[in-house]
Amino acid sequence: MVEFVYPKVYLYRRIVQAKLYMDQHYMEPIDLNNIADEALFSKFHFIRLFKKSYGKTPHQYLTAVRLEKAKLLLQTGASVIEVCFSIGFESISSFTGLFKTTLGVTPSAYRLQQTRILEEVQAVPLKFVPNCFAEAKGWTKKSNFQEAHI
Amino acid sequence: MINKLSHVSVFVLDQDSAFNFYVNKLGFRVHTDAPMGPGTRWLTVCPPHQPELEISLMPIAEGMMFTKESAEQMRTLVRQGTFGFGVFECADIYATYEELKSKGVEFKKEPKKEFYGIEALFKDDSGNWFSLGQKP
Repeated sequence: MVEFVYPKVYLYRRIVQAKLYMDQHYMEPIDLNNIADEALFSKFHFIRLFKKSYGKTPHQYLTAVRLEKAKLLLQTGASVIEVCFSIGFESISSFTGLFKTTLGVTPSAYRLQQTRILEEVQAVPLKFVPNCFAEAKGWTKKSNFQEAHI
Repeated sequence: MINKLSHVSVFVLDQDSAFNFYVNKLGFRVHTDAPMGPGTRWLTVCPPHQPELEISLMPIAEGMMFTKESAEQMRTLVRQGTFGFGVFECADIYATYEELKSKGVEFKKEPKKEFYGIEALFKDDSGNWFSLGQKP
């Protein structure tokens, strides 16, 4: 089978590899110089190509990945301190400050907000399903889904 | 006046597998994962930059929506790749194509320049296909 090749395929592959590396190793101290070296680019060339593909510099992208992971962990009820260190931040204050600046809410307030939503999803799931779907599925005939688990 | 599309359904063969495909391969976010009784859940995901559009990953199962026969017919049609559910946009189709290929996503059509932009076609884990586009 002939491999599909498009313009500058070798550049894209290296940029994508760098992106996937950050996706998988976001919790580790990542030196962007090393990633650029690994991808065989000069630092500035790497930053320019990465931003062209992903709309963010590698540093901005890594921060976005860490904050997205932080949101997921906070949704599970993990403490702010646990989350901060498990996503690669070294200071609670810088994590909290960045989280609030980016998302407009502190990590602890976000955790509380998400915990309440998840509790509501578990307690009153039909509130989150458009009625047309619920009726089509026959879910509206059950008065309490919790009973079905017993 | 209709303002926007808020929900769309994609019929899938297996919800757990679809969850893995849409969240871990496509990078979509879980919007709602609500228990609806034993073995049943309401599962919606959304593209990262479109949190207001819920894509409901709907299992094909005998019940209110399908008879035993029609469920089996539907499963066969989905598996055969009969249904194309929509078009996803991306900023850089070659980077997106490389990433999805590296995660094992199957493409029916490699990125190709068309008069309306660059387009590729890929399949989800059930057999549903989607267009992936980059505007010129």
